[in-house]
Amino acid sequence: MSSHYEAPIREPLVTGEKSYHDISVDVGAPVLGKANKSWWIVFSIALVAFLWGLGCIIYTISTGIGVWGLNKTIGWAWDITNFVWWVGIGHAGTLISAVLLLFRQKWRMAVNRSAEAMTIFAVVQAGLFPIIHMGRPWLAYWVLPIPNQFGSLWVNFNSPLLWDVFAISTYLSVSLVFWWTGLLPDFAMIRDRAVKPFQKKIYTLLSFGWSGRAKDWQRFEEVSLVLAGLATPLVLSVHTIVSFDFATSVVPGWHSTIFPPYFVAGAIFSGFAMVQTLLIVMRKVSNLEDYITLLHIEYMNKVIILTGGIVSIAYITEYFIGWYSGSSYENYTYLSYGAATGPYWWAFWALITCNFIVPLTLWVKKWRRNIMWTFVVALVINIGMWFERFNIIVVDLSKGRTPSGWTMFSPTFVDIGIFMGTIGFFFVLFLLYARTFPVIAQAEVKTILKSSGERYKRLREAGKS
Amino acid sequence: MYKLSGKLKLFSIVLMVLGLVGLTYGFLNTPKTVDDVKEILAAQNSHHEGESALSENDETHKEAFVDQARGEEGYAAAAMEQHEAQMDQEHHGNHLEHVLHQLQTKPWSATLVSAFFFFMIALGALVFYAIQYAAQAGWSPVLFRVMEGITSYLLPGSIIVVLLVILAGTHFYPWQNHELVAEDKILQGKSGFLNFPFFVIRAIVYLLGWNLYRYFSRKNSLNESATDLNPYRKNFKISVFFLIFFIITESLMSWDWFMSMTPHWYSTLFAWYVFASMFVSAITVIALVTIYLKSKGLVSFINDSHLHDLGKFMFAFSIFWTYLWFDQFMLIWYANMPEEVVYFVMRIQEYNLLFFGMLVLNFVFPILILMNSDFKRVPWFIVIAGIAILVGHYIDIYLLVMPSTVGVNYSFGITEIASIAFFLGLFIYVVGTGLSKVNLRPEGNPFIKESEHYHY
Repeated sequence: MSSHYEAPIREPLVTGEKSYHDISVDVGAPVLGKANKSWWIVFSIALVAFLWGLGCIIYTISTGIGVWGLNKTIGWAWDITNFVWWVGIGHAGTLISAVLLLFRQKWRMAVNRSAEAMTIFAVVQAGLFPIIHMGRPWLAYWVLPIPNQFGSLWVNFNSPLLWDVFAISTYLSVSLVFWWTGLLPDFAMIRDRAVKPFQKKIYTLLSFGWSGRAKDWQRFEEVSLVLAGLATPLVLSVHTIVSFDFATSVVPGWHSTIFPPYFVAGAIFSGFAMVQTLLIVMRKVSNLEDYITLLHIEYMNKVIILTGGIVSIAYITEYFIGWYSGSSYENYTYLSYGAATGPYWWAFWALITCNFIVPLTLWVKKWRRNIMWTFVVALVINIGMWFERFNIIVVDLSKGRTPSGWTMFSPTFVDIGIFMGTIGFFFVLFLLYARTFPVIAQAEVKTILKSSGERYKRLREAGKS
Repeated sequence: MYKLSGKLKLFSIVLMVLGLVGLTYGFLNTPKTVDDVKEILAAQNSHHEGESALSENDETHKEAFVDQARGEEGYAAAAMEQHEAQMDQEHHGNHLEHVLHQLQTKPWSATLVSAFFFFMIALGALVFYAIQYAAQAGWSPVLFRVMEGITSYLLPGSIIVVLLVILAGTHFYPWQNHELVAEDKILQGKSGFLNFPFFVIRAIVYLLGWNLYRYFSRKNSLNESATDLNPYRKNFKISVFFLIFFIITESLMSWDWFMSMTPHWYSTLFAWYVFASMFVSAITVIALVTIYLKSKGLVSFINDSHLHDLGKFMFAFSIFWTYLWFDQFMLIWYANMPEEVVYFVMRIQEYNLLFFGMLVLNFVFPILILMNSDFKRVPWFIVIAGIAILVGHYIDIYLLVMPSTVGVNYSFGITEIASIAFFLGLFIYVVGTGLSKVNLRPEGNPFIKESEHYHY
């Protein structure tokens, strides 16, 4: 039996009559070709949003945090909501590239590159918020334990906000290295196919002289595996630490031991929704439908069903234990009867609808394999997961232990502007990426072509191989 | 075909008989009256020179402390009485009654710890099996008969555990004591969930659901053939629905059977933590049984790579268990809220060595042994790591039950050893018989060829 044996029951992952050469051509096309008009239009819109957000950030820092809608009770609102939302979105990238590598899921190969890019760009957006929500961001470097002239005044390592600094910076650097390592053979492919001298020069620099020798490949595989093994606990711990920001506190609704795994599940849930949103468009505009097939979309929907289910169980647990605790303070937490009927009822029901009810439709095979519907559901989940973080943060803070402190929150245009700005910035980066990077890990896809390609499967069934 | 050897059969029966004798001794040997308790305490005092008197006071403090933090409403009757006893010598009798109750609970707790430990292995193996189906795993179908053999313990195991939790009454569950509930507003608030009829109904629902899945999945699995994919498809479907049913019932089960032993205490992570313990123990047993069968030369189609994968799962889920253990512990330690910390105060002050020792067995040891990929292919390495993991998780279950039911009056003696012996014997007997019913090579699964040629 050849090493390429695969059970006939498995569906093909590469459709069409693809050969190794076709893969190189298809993946190289967007990079080596020219951008069309619609790319420029979308890019301009994203750039404008980014610049507007940048203006809002400069305005905040130069005027003061008071330009946001925060008040004395609710000191965290859109800033940290957006931070957790962006970090969460980033998690799907690492899940696809690391966890699915450990589980030997071949289908990840067509989606991992873009998912990792999404991770990095999302973490960049997330990383803005811890800085700009500071009252005195120019002193941000004080969070680092560096010897100094204040008698070596150090940070207190007991704060989860400090752990965040280490978690996010480590996460960004490891993801970046992991992503770049995987890019080497693909940059080399672009380098070898480029005809314009300037382009050739650039990709020569980017590909670090990759020549694809057996020894290089062997080490490449080992490094990937080790990095995947390290990135998996990293991805779990990063969002765990983000959840500690809330769970270590004594705020009713925040202090909950389930937060760490539940936040991680929510992160993967929202991250996969974002991957769906991006890839459904990308496969169309970059003509990659033979690589990112309906099967990939269905598999990702299944991950969404799974993580959405875990999140739902956590909601039920939170709601139940809130009641079970017998503590009257738990009556106003984000998953309580009080929240469902209180002034933030719309946020509560937005969460339930977007994260629980709508994703249930994916249980139906026909809808799960419907690209348009998947796109809609993915968008809804992105909105729902934003509401989840908003509810956890704002609803829980709005009705704390002393009723005299109860209040509401409403955002100002600056809160909204900065959020729009990060979305713009994200798309600026992602659109540039889509034009300059090989968006599919062609080297990896080539390794599964003969076992999982449609053409080879057909030949095998006909007994010709 | 595997056949449970006469020697092993005899061994398991001897274990069961010895276990039963020891358990009977344990149940008969509990103190009957307060006077017996006085004698026991006096004997202890002469040993420890008043040390235990000190710890008694400590305990009283703790319980009173917990409920004071919840305000006047939160006074549990027991704490109330103990609080008074502390100030008023005349009420000393109440404390002795408390100790009497805990001593009478001891054999019950010892039985539950072992019964649940072996039952959760069968249940965890069933979940692992369902996941393999739902994930359409290509490596594991060769192990299906082994897993099914282990899950054959589910039926007897689950019946015994359900009977224990139903019959134990106030030995385990203070909320079943009507006098206590009458004086305790918090328990009254929970009585919509924590009441006996609903408790029994829930237990029966879990029992039925788990066993029905086990019955039908086994049936379909035996019917699988290369020509007819229907049994396989059915199994795929019911596995998915079983997993949903399981995650819900597992949460409820943990709250019912363990969290409600300390009915004022709660933790949202609790159920998932219990699951992690269950899952890693089950994977370990799957690996150990596979190694045993392989050493008999019965499963030549299972190779090093399969063992390697099981080793990786043992490694990964040991870390996962530690992750959940740490989350629950650290968050409660950090916030230090009185109604929550009581759980860990008791465990750290009175069970210190076990509480932290279990971390060495469940985390440090597996992570060091199973890190190297060559080691994961060496059977005796897996066996050593496996034994450490199983001992560690036995302690984990012990710490789930004992501090909540018998408090400071715990020990590891005849009753505990006897209960391990009994359930180990039963486990060996039932699993051995289950394995010997059909050929260990699953034939008709659509992924079986992929699985047999699996190399990593």
